[in-house]
Amino acid sequence: MLATPLAGCGGNWQSALDVYGTSAISLKHLIILIVAVCSAVWMLVMAALIAALWRGRDARPAPAEPGRERRLTIAVIGAVVATVLIISTFTIMSFIATRALTVAGQDDLTIRVRGLQWWWGLEYVGPDPSSRFETANEIHIPVGRNVRLKLEGVDVIHSVWVPSLAGKQDLVPGRPNELTIRAEHAGVYRGQCAEFCGMQHAHMALLVIAETQDDFDQWAAAQRQAAARPPDEETAAGLQTFLAKPCAACHTIRGTAAAGTSGPDLTHVGSRRTIAAGLFETTRGSLAAWIADPQTIKPGNNMPMVPLTPDELRAVSAYLASLK
Amino acid sequence: MNRPATTTGMRDIDIARTKLTGALAETWTTPSGFWGALATVDHKIIGRRYIFTAFVFLALGGVLAALMRIQLAQPEARLLGPDRYNQIFTMHGANMMFLFAVPVMEAVAVYLVPLMVGTRNIAFPRLNAFSYWIYLAGGMLLWTAFALDMGPDVGWFAYVPLSGPQYGAGKRADIWAQMITFTELSALAVAVELVVTIFKQRAPGMTLDRIPVFVWAMLVTSFLVIMAMPAIMIASTSLILDRLVGTHFYNPAEGGDVLLWQHLFWFFGHPEVYIIFLPAAGMVSTMIEPFARRPAFGYLGLVMALIATGILSFGLWVHHMFVAGLPRLGDSFFTASSMAIAIPAGIQIFCWIATLWDGRPVFKTPLLFIIGFIVTFVIGGLTGVMVASVPFDTQVHDTYFVVAHFHYVLIGGAVFPLLGTIHYWFPKLTGRMMSETLGRWSFWLIFIGFNATFFPMHILGLEGMPRRIYTYQPDLPWHGLNLFISLSAVILIAGFLLFFVNVIRSARSGEVAPDNPWDAPTLEWATTSPPPSYNFAMIPVVGSLHPLWSERDTLPVADGLRTDRRELIVTTLATAEPQARDASPQNSIWPLWAAIATTIMLIWSIFSPWAVVWGSIPVAVALIGWFWPKGTPEDES
Repeated sequence: MLATPLAGCGGNWQSALDVYGTSAISLKHLIILIVAVCSAVWMLVMAALIAALWRGRDARPAPAEPGRERRLTIAVIGAVVATVLIISTFTIMSFIATRALTVAGQDDLTIRVRGLQWWWGLEYVGPDPSSRFETANEIHIPVGRNVRLKLEGVDVIHSVWVPSLAGKQDLVPGRPNELTIRAEHAGVYRGQCAEFCGMQHAHMALLVIAETQDDFDQWAAAQRQAAARPPDEETAAGLQTFLAKPCAACHTIRGTAAAGTSGPDLTHVGSRRTIAAGLFETTRGSLAAWIADPQTIKPGNNMPMVPLTPDELRAVSAYLASLK
Repeated sequence: MNRPATTTGMRDIDIARTKLTGALAETWTTPSGFWGALATVDHKIIGRRYIFTAFVFLALGGVLAALMRIQLAQPEARLLGPDRYNQIFTMHGANMMFLFAVPVMEAVAVYLVPLMVGTRNIAFPRLNAFSYWIYLAGGMLLWTAFALDMGPDVGWFAYVPLSGPQYGAGKRADIWAQMITFTELSALAVAVELVVTIFKQRAPGMTLDRIPVFVWAMLVTSFLVIMAMPAIMIASTSLILDRLVGTHFYNPAEGGDVLLWQHLFWFFGHPEVYIIFLPAAGMVSTMIEPFARRPAFGYLGLVMALIATGILSFGLWVHHMFVAGLPRLGDSFFTASSMAIAIPAGIQIFCWIATLWDGRPVFKTPLLFIIGFIVTFVIGGLTGVMVASVPFDTQVHDTYFVVAHFHYVLIGGAVFPLLGTIHYWFPKLTGRMMSETLGRWSFWLIFIGFNATFFPMHILGLEGMPRRIYTYQPDLPWHGLNLFISLSAVILIAGFLLFFVNVIRSARSGEVAPDNPWDAPTLEWATTSPPPSYNFAMIPVVGSLHPLWSERDTLPVADGLRTDRRELIVTTLATAEPQARDASPQNSIWPLWAAIATTIMLIWSIFSPWAVVWGSIPVAVALIGWFWPKGTPEDES
């Protein structure tokens, strides 16, 4: 269904083991180290268990001889001391790694991320009000720069998680959180909501597109623009339908009269790689399918089915696809 | 026991041994028939009932798990829609935690603890009957709601605001919250009974250092229940209030706090894990003795580890909230405490291995389950150490890695010992042995099926698969492992089916069990299999930690108890010196009426706050009937 090219990254694009973000890279090192030590511990315990069972095959004198008990005591105490040493080391290591997670600078790019059932609202916050703009479900970031995500829970608790870039952080209503991400390599990284948030928790993905500063600036400049005028008759009819039907009550298309805020901002929806929070690649066909029957495609989501004639449906989907 | 000065009634020493058992049976035996079954207060009958019911819920929860595995075997499968799936995973978790794991541990204790401490019935036997009926009602409430498509769909943790009035429509979340009230009520009742039984009804001579480790484990567990359950009852009650009468405990818009719910829930929820694990650890420490053919190594260490785990378990809850945005320094404190719990766990593991090292293992099915337990529980413990680390947790929290982790802890750490327990104590429960052949087969199927099902989930989690998703898109590379997991689950299910076949066949036509088939050292094996209604014709007197090993042929007994009314010996807390003869309650139908009245009130209160007013009247009537004085004389010292 989704065939977005994995620009820049070869394998898995949503994995804590296939990492391209500063924080995810250091977390992977920590994960590998801890898993390796724990595997060694497990093997030692298993070796002791197997040896214990093997030994028991020989008939031996009745137990409770003081010398044997003392040797067992020493062995058990030794194992407990080793346990204490290992977990103390882990505790110190994870304390140090935790402090490294929270580093953030002053000139960071700041993005306000809102979690909603079941999509992501994004607002790029610039130094002056004119540079701010809204989009949804697709975060563009410049490679090699710290990006501060200001996380706001709106309805229920969500959790933003792009494992190839960083660990997760919850979006809790009434309690703003922050997460800093930084991509080391250009690429498209997938993330998805990690905290159970209701019916469509499974379909609440987001994409992070890391690109060069130039590409990013270009993209941001385009996003700041109002929507393009409909280029032809069909798309113009699509805009008319969009405004006449309930669509405009929930969605904003900057530069038109549509100014609803309960659904994603659609000003440049045609430029986004996916619709419905990562469910489909954005095409005229997928837009039409989605508008025609959102409740079958993503049952329970908040977009109602708006009855449209076939012509209206074609026109609206053509118009939305043209919003690059 | 010396004969007290005041002698009334018929005493056990006044009559011949042959007549003694007849007289005791007449006093203690539950009358047969329907009303007898409803009115019984015999801990063995209630314990068997409890265990049976809990295993029915295990099977039902297993069916739900199978449905989830069919759904997840392929991407974008359409077998279950999101609404059904969310109900199913919520039901699976709530059912397994509240209706199976905690009750089954308490159920085993209800049956075994009075036998292991050498008394004739559990303390507060009518409360025990009440607790079973309440548990049954809570389970039926949950499953009836599910059958009516009203099953809770907010996760077994029911986080607000998703479960709150604004986002949790209908009565689904209320049913979850009220099911909590039922099961916690019954768990608290059993915990109180066990504490009193263990403190005051131990056989003369069973000083603190002669208590079997399983009984110690149940004592610690009972205290955990008593201290942890109030947190969840407060949480679920205030959730119902938010939903029913518009309080704002969890509404941030009105000064409530969303995270308050998580603190309250996990302040209960983490000890809950140890409420399930500690009895299992106690079972292992007790079962390992006859199969290693030596006393468990490090009795003091094992008991201290249980107590230390119990205390530490109250200081870990924040590790469930590492990504909720609490201050990082505070998080790190909980990393330290969560890691520290590996120390008492390690002590126990090392003591068990030392016991096997120095013993002469007998490879019967219960020992196989103990070995399987050690192999898997160590994995679960080590992944527990991993998720205790804040940075590690930010990548695996709420993913299949955690699903793998806690199934290793709960199935490997608790269900394996429990299955060993059923094989081991089956003769005492039914008077028959379980089939060794089927037992071995079911062990290997369960052990292999379990590891093949749950180990790959660690990898899925690291590969980015979150928990609680009803499906996933085909372009994500999770398909192969998910299919493998679903196929492996077939082996696991086959193992459980074979276990149930073995139980049913053995109960009907298994080999008849002798009193002590395993040559075990603890008191429950000193009586017949199954025990008579009065448990012991004469109360044993204990002179060591392993009374049946140190005094193989002639276990000393106490005398002086009356045979014409239900009496048991009350002993002192630390040294178990006889203190008094205490009357033990007769059968009564009132606990059932009280449970029915309570059930009506609790279910009604899902729909109207007035239920608490009017519904309390039948409860009061039932309690008055229950406690109506019948002129039974009090204790005689």
